[in-house]
Amino acid sequence: MVSFLRFLINGISLGSVYAIIALGYTMVYGIAKMLNFAHGDVIMVGAYIAFCAISYLALPPLVAILCAMAVCTVLGIIIEGLAYRPLRQASKLAVLITAIGVSYLLQNSALLIWSPNPKVFPTVLDFGSIRLFGGDLVITSQAIITIVANIIIMLGLTAFTGKTKMGKAMRAVSEDKGAAELMGINVNRTISVTFAIGSALAAIAGVLLCSAYPTLQPTTGSMPGIKAFTAAVFGGIGSIPGAMIGGLLLGIIEILGKAYISTELGDAIVFAVLIVVLLFKPAGLLGKPMREKV
Amino acid sequence: MKFNKAIVAMILALVMVVGLCAAAMAEDEPLKIGVIGPFTGGAAIYGNACKYGAEVAAAEINALGGMQIKLLEEDDEHDAEKSKNAYNKVMEDGAQMIAGTTTTKPCIEVGAVANEERVFMLTPSASSVDVIDGKDNVFQVCFTDPNQGTASAQFIAEHKLATKIAIIYNNSDPYSMGIYETFKAEAANLNLEIVSEQAFKDGEVDFSVQVNDAKANGAELVFLPIYYEPASLILATAKSIDYAPVFFGVDGMDGILTLEGFDTSLAEGVFMLTPFSADAEDERTQTFVASYKELTGEIPNQFAADCYDAVYALYNASVNAGIDGTTAYDEACEKLIEQFTGDFQIEGLTGSMSWDESGAVTKTPRAVVIENGAYVGFND
Repeated sequence: MVSFLRFLINGISLGSVYAIIALGYTMVYGIAKMLNFAHGDVIMVGAYIAFCAISYLALPPLVAILCAMAVCTVLGIIIEGLAYRPLRQASKLAVLITAIGVSYLLQNSALLIWSPNPKVFPTVLDFGSIRLFGGDLVITSQAIITIVANIIIMLGLTAFTGKTKMGKAMRAVSEDKGAAELMGINVNRTISVTFAIGSALAAIAGVLLCSAYPTLQPTTGSMPGIKAFTAAVFGGIGSIPGAMIGGLLLGIIEILGKAYISTELGDAIVFAVLIVVLLFKPAGLLGKPMREKV
Repeated sequence: MKFNKAIVAMILALVMVVGLCAAAMAEDEPLKIGVIGPFTGGAAIYGNACKYGAEVAAAEINALGGMQIKLLEEDDEHDAEKSKNAYNKVMEDGAQMIAGTTTTKPCIEVGAVANEERVFMLTPSASSVDVIDGKDNVFQVCFTDPNQGTASAQFIAEHKLATKIAIIYNNSDPYSMGIYETFKAEAANLNLEIVSEQAFKDGEVDFSVQVNDAKANGAELVFLPIYYEPASLILATAKSIDYAPVFFGVDGMDGILTLEGFDTSLAEGVFMLTPFSADAEDERTQTFVASYKELTGEIPNQFAADCYDAVYALYNASVNAGIDGTTAYDEACEKLIEQFTGDFQIEGLTGSMSWDESGAVTKTPRAVVIENGAYVGFND
């Protein structure tokens, strides 16, 4: 029983990392209607910026996170402006391929700047851990911080898109770009802001990912990025609470699958569950089925 | 015409002197060994260690008098195509045998050419099975990758490090799988009990399941046939659940102490299978380390020692086989193959070595243990 609880907690802490990455995916997809496959690599850049700020400039962790957020925000706006905006009228496939290209560009730039040698991320968010059942059950402070950050971000994003003027503009753009433009909404600016927010979230996700699993190399973002994308689809892509639930479930399924079935099949189990869910709920757990009007 | 006769006589005399010199030089013609490795580029750390290790060996041998050695060194930048060019260059310059190449991929390619042209190769450090597979002329100083599994199991059993063992391996990496399988087979022969076998894949970040399984099954030793980056996460995970078994890694673990930002206290007491440790106290190692330091200002790593041993092995085998500086390379190749597959043995820095037809080396496994953030030779 204790071991089950332990695996559950490990699953939740892994899942909360997936969830925070998935929030960025779902936010951009929900509004710009595009899959930003470079999201995982923006996370990696954010983590490197925070790493450099802490290790080389000796800045306090909070300032380092703010630095990472600032750099990623600018990076997100640049990527959107240079790579995606010129393709606004192009086919979805062209945008998708461009996103994959941006992902490789970021990875290879990181290889040039930071070398392929892995680095260990400093423990900035370690305030000890909670030990229960005589040390059999350990809950780390990173896990708690990640979960709390998740909830705050989820609530913040929901409030932002629901209540503010920019949020309303975002929803309008998401529903119909042409109509939104006719109503006087600056579509390009709205999408830029979406990318800025998504990339700032990526920076936070990068720091949380690397605090929980402290190695950092140019490919750090890619695998968690793909898992988080899966989580976003699982929860219903475009839905903010869906990303959170999808991420948590994915982490729990992965850990329990590895613990009780086989570590050899860890990922196979995760993706098998995804397939089953999509067979019965094609729009994901919380996704709204889209009806095309003709 | 007296004057002309004198000139002719002088010329004739000169020719005779030169001829005599040439005859004398043929006897003193040094043994020419090609050394190929990446001296520049990303893998330069390995190639240079190898080059300087070979130079230390050659200087020692030449100081003894007797047959002299000339090293023909060429850079291959860890690129298979450039390595073939380097090979052609040293062969043109008269190399009779090759100590190299240093890294695996180029060595597979160059080995294929050398096999066709009948040139003997002894690689210090290219450890893949593909390097020697199907080539009767290519031999290794280092353990073949999967043989590290066998060697690790023998070391653990011989030094009674543990009887209950857990293995965490990367099932998306042939290097890790190869070592895992040979370790498991040898552990069964040596009555080591494997209580937990857990896999992971490239890019996986969470090791809580694997480490918890090892802990729950009471493993006293965790064998890690993996690279140091996931190993660092495993060490951190083990610490977070207060699990402190003996960790045992292979050559992929080398580098964990230089991992930027790594808390080296996590690696305290970690064992690593390695043929060489620079702080071993025997006289030969100490002399080697001192000469190497004098030459480069650095402490030699295992590549330097492997290459030092390679030059000595080639030299001793050549002396045994009656090869001198004038022997043609193809004749030398057949004679050396006969030596290496016969009862030729050599006591090197990396252990006492002998070879079989496959080209793989047999030697006593050695390990180092990490103490106070440094590798220390393990003696019990």
